[in-house]
Amino acid sequence: MKFTLSWLRDHLETDATTEEIAEALTDLGLEVEEIADPSAALGAFTICRVIEAVQHPNADRLRLCRVETWPNGPDAPSEEVQVVCGAPNARTGLVGVFARPGLHIPGTGVDLKPGVIRGVESNGMLCSERELMLSDDHDGIIDLPEDAPMGVRYIDYAGLNDPMVHIAITPNRPDALAVAGIARDLAARGIGKLVTPDVEPVAGSYESPIKVSLAPEVTESACPFFAGRHFRGVKNGPSPDWLQHRLRAIGLRPISALVDITNLVTYDRARPLHVFDAGKVKGDIHIRFAREGETILALDGKDYALDTTMTMVCDDAGPEAIGGIMGGELSGCTGETTEVFLEAALFDPIRTAATGRKLKINSDARYRFERGVDPEFTVSGVELATKLILEICGGECSEVVTAGAVPDSTRSYGLDPAHVTSLVGMDIPREQQIRILMDLGFGVQEAGGSMVAAAALGPAPSLVAPDLVGMVEVTPPSWRPDVQGSADLVEEIARVASLSKLEAKPLPPVRTGVGRQTLTPMQKRSGAVRRRIAALGFNECVTYSFVSETEAGLFGGGAAGLKLENPISSEMSDMRPNLYPGLLAAAARNQARGQGEIALFEVGPGFTGPEPGEQQVLATGILVGATTARHWAGTRRPVDAMDARAAAEEALAAAGADTSRLMTMRRAPDWFHPGRSACLSLGPKNTLAEFGELHPKVLDALDVKGPAVGFTLFLDAIPFPRAKSATRPPLSASDFQAVERDFAFVVDRDCEAEAIIRAARGADKALIAGASVFDVFDGPKAESQLGAGKKSVAIAVRLEPSDRTLKDEEIEAVASRVVEAVGKATGGTLRT
Amino acid sequence: MQDLEPLRAKYLGEIAEATDEAGLEAIRVAALGKKGEVSLRMRELGKMTPEERREAGPALNALKDELGAAISAQAAALADAALAERLKAEWFDVTLAPRPVRQGTIHPVSQVMEECAAIFAEMGFTIAEGPQIETDWFNFDALNIPPEHPARQEHDTFFMAREEGDDRPPHVLRTHTSPVQIRAMQEHGAPIRVIAPGRVYRMDMDQTHTPMFHQVEGLAIDRDISMANLKWVLEEFCKAFFEVESVELRFRASHFPFTEPSAEVDIRCSWEGGQLKLGEGDDWMEILGSGMVHPKVLAAAGVDPEEWQGFAFGMGIDRIAMLKYGIPDLRAFFDSDLRWLKHYGFAALDVPTVHGGLSR
Repeated sequence: MKFTLSWLRDHLETDATTEEIAEALTDLGLEVEEIADPSAALGAFTICRVIEAVQHPNADRLRLCRVETWPNGPDAPSEEVQVVCGAPNARTGLVGVFARPGLHIPGTGVDLKPGVIRGVESNGMLCSERELMLSDDHDGIIDLPEDAPMGVRYIDYAGLNDPMVHIAITPNRPDALAVAGIARDLAARGIGKLVTPDVEPVAGSYESPIKVSLAPEVTESACPFFAGRHFRGVKNGPSPDWLQHRLRAIGLRPISALVDITNLVTYDRARPLHVFDAGKVKGDIHIRFAREGETILALDGKDYALDTTMTMVCDDAGPEAIGGIMGGELSGCTGETTEVFLEAALFDPIRTAATGRKLKINSDARYRFERGVDPEFTVSGVELATKLILEICGGECSEVVTAGAVPDSTRSYGLDPAHVTSLVGMDIPREQQIRILMDLGFGVQEAGGSMVAAAALGPAPSLVAPDLVGMVEVTPPSWRPDVQGSADLVEEIARVASLSKLEAKPLPPVRTGVGRQTLTPMQKRSGAVRRRIAALGFNECVTYSFVSETEAGLFGGGAAGLKLENPISSEMSDMRPNLYPGLLAAAARNQARGQGEIALFEVGPGFTGPEPGEQQVLATGILVGATTARHWAGTRRPVDAMDARAAAEEALAAAGADTSRLMTMRRAPDWFHPGRSACLSLGPKNTLAEFGELHPKVLDALDVKGPAVGFTLFLDAIPFPRAKSATRPPLSASDFQAVERDFAFVVDRDCEAEAIIRAARGADKALIAGASVFDVFDGPKAESQLGAGKKSVAIAVRLEPSDRTLKDEEIEAVASRVVEAVGKATGGTLRT
Repeated sequence: MQDLEPLRAKYLGEIAEATDEAGLEAIRVAALGKKGEVSLRMRELGKMTPEERREAGPALNALKDELGAAISAQAAALADAALAERLKAEWFDVTLAPRPVRQGTIHPVSQVMEECAAIFAEMGFTIAEGPQIETDWFNFDALNIPPEHPARQEHDTFFMAREEGDDRPPHVLRTHTSPVQIRAMQEHGAPIRVIAPGRVYRMDMDQTHTPMFHQVEGLAIDRDISMANLKWVLEEFCKAFFEVESVELRFRASHFPFTEPSAEVDIRCSWEGGQLKLGEGDDWMEILGSGMVHPKVLAAAGVDPEEWQGFAFGMGIDRIAMLKYGIPDLRAFFDSDLRWLKHYGFAALDVPTVHGGLSR
């Protein structure tokens, strides 16, 4: 919402400075976004006189002017300056506007310099309105009356020294889309006195030849009330300067007197109006919903296809205006218009907003109707415009015609002033609260029933009986449709009383003493996993929760219910099933930037279904390329599935999982290499993590150059300990000599190490403390020695007796049980 | 008894000149071996008279000990020299780079979320979480944003596609973490103090907007919590988070459907020399929105507004991370450029705590 300070002064009598007004506006919740002060751009242009204008010696179209200027102000002596001017109206005796060298000419964007034009010096410029960005007029230079004061600033003389204020309006303040409404807020704050003139009705001199009717379907809410008036004998030329300046100052383009008047009332009182060229209206005006297939050519020159939910202002021939949004081209006013029909109607906010969205039309009218216009100001809007039309365009007006009725919006809410103080935490006396509401136009009644008269409050709050307490009954004014309860009243009081005066008060602690843990076990777990994976050398990413359809499809996603209805791009159309697509795409981008060793991870949601809560917390890491950069010690090697497994196990341990109990199950999803991937499972079913080499086809589709491996932890799947206790079990460390024995088994090529280890450990659960693979010999060379399809796996078994030192026979006995157990489980035999 | 001195001088001289272990051993055998010169002389003791023996015995024993000690000392010296020689040969270029250890990092969003958690824990706030695909009721209606409210349009909402035949209103990607407040109140009732950090989504993408970003919202409900308490909490937060001695906040009236009264909160700052300084200067920078929870919101969450009242606030995590750590571009947060992650990321062990300081 934009307005100028002089416009504001039509409604507010005040001595406040621009800064004070701006500060108050922002504090009131009408946030000032910009103050454009024309004196900043135009303050140095002054009124001058052409002493003599003669033909330029070397150019037919140029004139040589001797210009009298007042560089040091109107009271100091004048100076003569020579200016070359191309304007046709440059003549001896002309009073114009002078720009001295060094000034920035806003209309051309040029910094003026002294110059030589066709051999003659020119030390300044006589300006046109376009050069000062006052209008599009460039037919000649500004031509002022002879009595214009010499040497004064042109903007002061022309009344253009009028700062423009641009404020942001929150959706709850339709009343602040009027200069009058802004003035009311400021007056309530104490910045001056509200002086908005009353609207005087103008008597009509004839009966309107155009009648108005509302179709039954619109009277309920779409358009419950319509007021109009016919004018004849008007002359629709350009509007007067004051009106043009006012509109231009707020960024509106003057069109014609009639249209400019409707725009003025729109901004002055938040009352949108429309003017039809009555000569082009066929028959009467009907307000109805559009019919199937109807279209309208709107004032913006575009054709719009209408549907049956849209409220239209129609004549006997069809739609002439989109109700509350924009008029039609066919019945629009032009310079030839002599008969006018003025419309002021009430259009439903919701329907207006929906229609505007569907047609993609933003207009000042829609902006106001969709927030709610003052229903009680409908006829007043007609009267206010009438006065302006008759003054500016002449002619005469008919009686006002109306259809429907203004809906009764009267309502009231109880307000407890003590509650206001308690909520805001600031002492706002009861009488001040009442005064604020009344200044904003609210009706206030003591709960007993008697109206609180403004006089009873007196000029100063101290005159109010200080012992008055208790509820009051508050009636919002018709221009505040947003006020729908006592909470809204609190907001009004708080903002006018000024929240910037609010002083902080400590929030009492929940409990005294040392604070308690505030993280849930799950929050603690994801934090621990995040830091563990980072400690393993992975860089944490935050990637978008939405991916492309292709990416989702590669990783088991892409279900219809997990698509966005309105994606911002086709790259972000589906909710991600897991974190691989985002991380692999990130890896591809980094590879494109020349990174050869990539370790990325993310902890975040994967979406399993379209309903709220159908998401799981995942921790996924990927390794792409080599383990390290090239290095003299030869540490560089391609990443492999075991790197991913190592990271997964470390992260699982950080998450609190007992990794010694995990089973490796070959059931990793399709996006992994089928032979080099697995799930880590607690029991046969509960998958806690998956790891492996990523499938070459997946990498290819995502433009990732392999090798690439990855792992994912399903953080929700990891069980929490049943009872939390900080106590550890006692350490059992044996004092007797431990013994390590090595065994090499010849087994089938696809025999899994986990089976050998499990069998070996099971051979004597009391004595055997651990077993691990220390060598694997496989491949063609192994098969040539051991037989086709065979490999050798060497394990170390550690025996830890708890009560004695083992004798050789005992050791031998355990060893043979190990060989027997492994043989039974895997068919393996001792390598000889 | 012959004089032992020539013998002593001979062997001590040979020992001193021995250059290796083998030479030294040969000397030992020649002198102290079974048939060594000293040993042979000791055998002769038996043939002596007791008087002679009384004199020669100790002298011979002393010689034997002296030579033994000299051999040991020379052996040690030779070993030291050999070790020194070996170590000298074992020269290594220690200016080489060591075997690489991959350095991981924590994303600034995670770090700042933990900072917020640490600070608000001090004031008794726990952390609440909730789904990111939400019903329109939780995201809008419960927050006093009925259908067709202009604020709904201003939220640039992402809607989920509906499967054919599903006529419910479409779910949305939450546009704020406020629905988490509703869920937390429904679950725990009042009194309650929670913060709700997390991902939120709006259909907006340009220089300064991304379609996904992060918010932390706070909620405190009790019997007599006021906006003045809100101001204190925010002041305490800003001082702790930005790690400055003092801040000045300005509450500016505004409007949100879910709070009444509502305020935008500005922080006093200076941008002198392009460097942001808080708590000084003449500029105000908007950092968050806040207000007293609307009675309708409390009622929607099953909390009796006649009995309970409190405040809520919300701010952008990415934004306060940018302000605190001088990160220029929001879009880079989600681009996963390794150079960016390493530069703006945090070490795995830099866990922010209040007692240990939030940042290094």
